[in-house]
Amino acid sequence: MPTTAPTPATFDVDRVRQDFPALRQEVYEDTPLVYLDNAATSQKPESVIDRLNRYYRSENSNVHRGVHRLSQNATDAYEEAREAVRSYINAAATEQVIFTGGTTESINLVANTYGQRLEAGDEIVITEMEHHANIVPWQMLRDTRGIRLKVVPISDDGVLDLDALNDALTDRTRLVSVVHISNALGTVNPVEDIVDLAHDRGIPVLVDGAQSVPHGPIDVQRIGADFYCFSGHKMCGPTGIGVLYGRREMLESLPPYQGGGDMIEEVTFEKTTYADLPHRLEAGTPNIADAIALGTAARYMEELDPEAVGTHEADLLAYATERVRSIDGLRVIGTAPNKASVLSMAFEDLHPYDVGTILDRLGIAVRTGHHCTQPLMQRLGLPGTLRASFAFYNTRDDADALVDALETATTMLR
Amino acid sequence: MTVAVDDRAREIVDEFALFPDWMSRYEYLIEMGDDIPPIDDEDKTDAHRIHGCQSKVWIRADYDEDRGVLMFRGDSNAKITRGLAALIIRVLNEQPPAVVQKADFDFLDEIGMREHLSSQRSNGLAAMIEQMKDRASQYA
Ligand SMILES: Cc1ncc(COP(=O)(O)O)c(C=O)c1O
Repeated sequence: MPTTAPTPATFDVDRVRQDFPALRQEVYEDTPLVYLDNAATSQKPESVIDRLNRYYRSENSNVHRGVHRLSQNATDAYEEAREAVRSYINAAATEQVIFTGGTTESINLVANTYGQRLEAGDEIVITEMEHHANIVPWQMLRDTRGIRLKVVPISDDGVLDLDALNDALTDRTRLVSVVHISNALGTVNPVEDIVDLAHDRGIPVLVDGAQSVPHGPIDVQRIGADFYCFSGHKMCGPTGIGVLYGRREMLESLPPYQGGGDMIEEVTFEKTTYADLPHRLEAGTPNIADAIALGTAARYMEELDPEAVGTHEADLLAYATERVRSIDGLRVIGTAPNKASVLSMAFEDLHPYDVGTILDRLGIAVRTGHHCTQPLMQRLGLPGTLRASFAFYNTRDDADALVDALETATTMLR
Repeated sequence: MTVAVDDRAREIVDEFALFPDWMSRYEYLIEMGDDIPPIDDEDKTDAHRIHGCQSKVWIRADYDEDRGVLMFRGDSNAKITRGLAALIIRVLNEQPPAVVQKADFDFLDEIGMREHLSSQRSNGLAAMIEQMKDRASQYA
């Protein structure tokens, strides 16, 4: 049996699990759900579900323009949610928190606004481990503006080559855009060091934080990035809402993204003046309900003891990693020294899809495939992986269920 | 005289009924994959590839003019997907194009494999069937 240290008692995972109704269900007859697809999306605590419900039942109205009581309440709740998110990421001011549809929209917002100042021959630096959301928007700029895309390599165990990143920076580099935590490998990139490297040469940095906010509060000021992007649905919030954080001077320097209501100060047919941040970048009726519930999610996550969460998740990863290694022909993909609780696996002789299908029948929800990182899979020479990703509400029992199911599946398939 | 599609489906349903649980049914499905009429390696090209699957699947259709029937061959690098391809080929093989076009796969429900038919499932069963019917329409 593995010898990993037991989880300290300070984190009461059984109590935390009570908050998540979706964890208590059977997916097939007599087959309880073991949810290990958290990197794709997290489950939602009761408080978030209730918040959505309450908003639609008793607070629903449009924000920022009503004189009536309901509208004022909704506006207050919406802006309080912005404050909750600000606190969760330790931004200096609420205006630096822009609500978007998610990580993808946040990155596209930057590509469409900041991107306007780029010229043919300018360069954007990304890495081999990026999600498609941090590749395709820049390729679209390449096609429309003639910029160049430079890709920093990784090692076989999934560690970013910082020397190569440094060498990739030139006089023409206009942005470094990197993932904080790789959704496919779990690698935690040293984003503070990357920001330092880039800022030394006056180059702005965008960090794709989609996979970091699910693990507890972050500090965007300490990281120092110019842009930080994430999705609500991966951190216990609803789908369809996310955040673009930006350094103030950077956000203020951006042209408007979409034009419409809410983002203006005054409109005549001759000329329009734009509203201040954050509204300038939030045209139209925003996603009020989901933003408010994201605020609830941020508060929920902030109330968990971050150290205990960190220890618990590290224990789950270490325990599961050690246990799956006993399975014949299984290889762990992504073995960086600094990893989040993402466990990607490949099989010598089995397609991850086959294994995932059997796991599903056994109630284990994992993801198989390329995880929206096709260039990374090509780099690693894999058709895809089978990925188990753990959240703070998972347990060693879940890891055991995964291992048992992997044993059953590999036996059935061989 | 070829066996009608419905009779073949019935045969498969009867075979699957011998297995008491999902696990043995899946094992049988995987075994069926070994009996798939094999496609030549040089035919594993984009032209015969079924898209929309996580795994690779190829199905080749040839029209036998003398008999007026379609001959299918296939393979996949995933065993469950290959089993599903074998299942569909077993039903549609050596059938006239008009029959292939009209075939329905309700029997998948009875053998507990219905879930694979959803177009969101990434094994591409729906895409396989669509492509086989599409080939049939070229000869109908
Ligand atoms: C690292 C990373 N970046 C970006 C995204 C895209 O997030 P969304 O689909 O919520 O916009 C994801 C989600 O899968 C991700 O894991």
